[in-house]
Amino acid sequence: MVKSDQSVIKGKETRNRRKRRDFLRTLVYGLGVVGAAVAGLIPVLKGKTRHVRPPGALAEQQFMAACIKCGQCVQVCPVNAIKLAELDDGFGIGTPYIETRRQACDFSCDGLQCVLACPTGALTHDIDYPHQSEMAYARVERPASCLAAAGLGFKGQARGPEFAGRLRYDEVDRWNPIAVRDHPYDLELCDLCVRQCPIEIRIDQCSSGKPPSGDENQCPPLSAIALEPVDDQGGYLPVVREGCVGCGVCEMICPVEPGVIVMDYREPAGVAA
Amino acid sequence: MSSLTKSFRELFGAEPRKPAAGDFTDAAIEMHRQQRGDKSRIAALKAELAEKKLGKAPPERWRRRRWAVLIAVNLLFVVSFQLDIQMLEGALTASRFVGFHMADLNSALQVMLAFKEVLVNLVIGTVTVLVFWWVLGGRTFCSWVCPYHLLAEWAEMLHVKLAEKKLIKDHPFDRRGRTVLWVIFAVLALVTGYTVYETISPTGILSRALIYGPGVALAWVGALLLVEIFYSRRAWCRYACPIGLTYGVVGAVSPLKVTYYLDSCFHEGECRKVCEVPHVLDMVIKGRATDVNMNVGADCTHCGRCVDACPTGSLNLKFKGLGDIFQ
Repeated sequence: MVKSDQSVIKGKETRNRRKRRDFLRTLVYGLGVVGAAVAGLIPVLKGKTRHVRPPGALAEQQFMAACIKCGQCVQVCPVNAIKLAELDDGFGIGTPYIETRRQACDFSCDGLQCVLACPTGALTHDIDYPHQSEMAYARVERPASCLAAAGLGFKGQARGPEFAGRLRYDEVDRWNPIAVRDHPYDLELCDLCVRQCPIEIRIDQCSSGKPPSGDENQCPPLSAIALEPVDDQGGYLPVVREGCVGCGVCEMICPVEPGVIVMDYREPAGVAA
Repeated sequence: MSSLTKSFRELFGAEPRKPAAGDFTDAAIEMHRQQRGDKSRIAALKAELAEKKLGKAPPERWRRRRWAVLIAVNLLFVVSFQLDIQMLEGALTASRFVGFHMADLNSALQVMLAFKEVLVNLVIGTVTVLVFWWVLGGRTFCSWVCPYHLLAEWAEMLHVKLAEKKLIKDHPFDRRGRTVLWVIFAVLALVTGYTVYETISPTGILSRALIYGPGVALAWVGALLLVEIFYSRRAWCRYACPIGLTYGVVGAVSPLKVTYYLDSCFHEGECRKVCEVPHVLDMVIKGRATDVNMNVGADCTHCGRCVDACPTGSLNLKFKGLGDIFQ
């Protein structure tokens, strides 16, 4: 049977209309997908993606480009300091960061395992030692609440019995970090921020002739933090020095609530930047 | 048109064309003619099929194998971290298998375009994965490894059920959209310097959620699944995912293929009903096969559902030079 001209034209029209509908529907879907992805720029512009990054992180823009969002750095960290950002970081989704008050990077791996694990160089392979990293700037935010400022000591668990954060105590176990709550202190003058500073610990080891792993290169050239007298009544305050890398251990260990020291955002310079 | 050109055209979203008269081989012409003429053969096949189909769903052998592999791979990632056995570290975007670097090709591409600098580790990872998926071919990654694919298959089951009850209807998209999206995301990475696609990649989001714990990004995955259940069947994998297109291109000339045999085909179309990408099975339509056996195109995910669905065994996974080793 031969179709009439009329019905051929009609068939063509419906086909064209269907095609147009398919096209429009696809356009809406595509725009939705691209729109959702591009919306990831908003948190970046709002500065929500500014975090303390793991050691060796490139300058922020390059870091975001280079990070492949796999979390291999998370997996190798012996103190689980590294977390991955969520969707509210937009383009920064899946990028690693460190919440220093919760769990700082205490360099207990010595060899910068996260840097070695990074497959793309977002954590630059150009740094080899803890003192070469530039993660943040430590700042004494609340000097008035510092125990040392009042000449006070500290006795007990630094952050209470609930705190899950860990540190490596060389005198307890050279290889395995332990929970801070399992390592109570008894100090006549609270100097926890200085005492636990990984840079200061290395400086002490080096000056007593025992650099970490017997490697002189592990010796930090500059001091990071020290207690200095503020009055003649036996009050002291921590002073952050040039050698500070922003690892956050002083912020994490500070026993008062909220802590005396905070980490300021520092655009990671990244040697390759 | 060569079969490779055809394969690429359809991968990029062109609709399959009816072959021209000159495209058919003599053997195919002869077989089509015989099949038309042989009434008794068709009657015999029909009787056999009626018996076979009596209240029986097609077997799900390949689906079971595939789900087992997919779950095992993703579980290996999870236990490697959670139990610290360090077999497969990282996530699907990049990982280390017993210390050896691997990188998802699309994630690696996004990083290379955005960062414009390529570390040797990333090269090793990318080449390893490229060779691996070239050998396995097509979009094997999608149906055998991608965790979103599994969720999408479940969503598809719901979609098909609802559609059978006439509660919903499938709204197809234009398949060329996926190619356009691929180009857009590549250009965005290059121009903005951000791995823009990773923000919404359900593969990356799900892989990280499994390994490092769930987060709000799962809401996006949920939204995609809702679209697939209620609006458009397999919308993400069919029409949008740039990862799928990347693997499709890489696996286009792979030695592993789904092969079609015209002589036993009854043109029932069972295979096309279950296929995620039915355009690759265009040759099973009566009169379309240009040769007596043909390879299925690059968009095929090697999921094996057509192999299971075919009542006459006219489709099979075949490794070049080894024959039908996957019975």
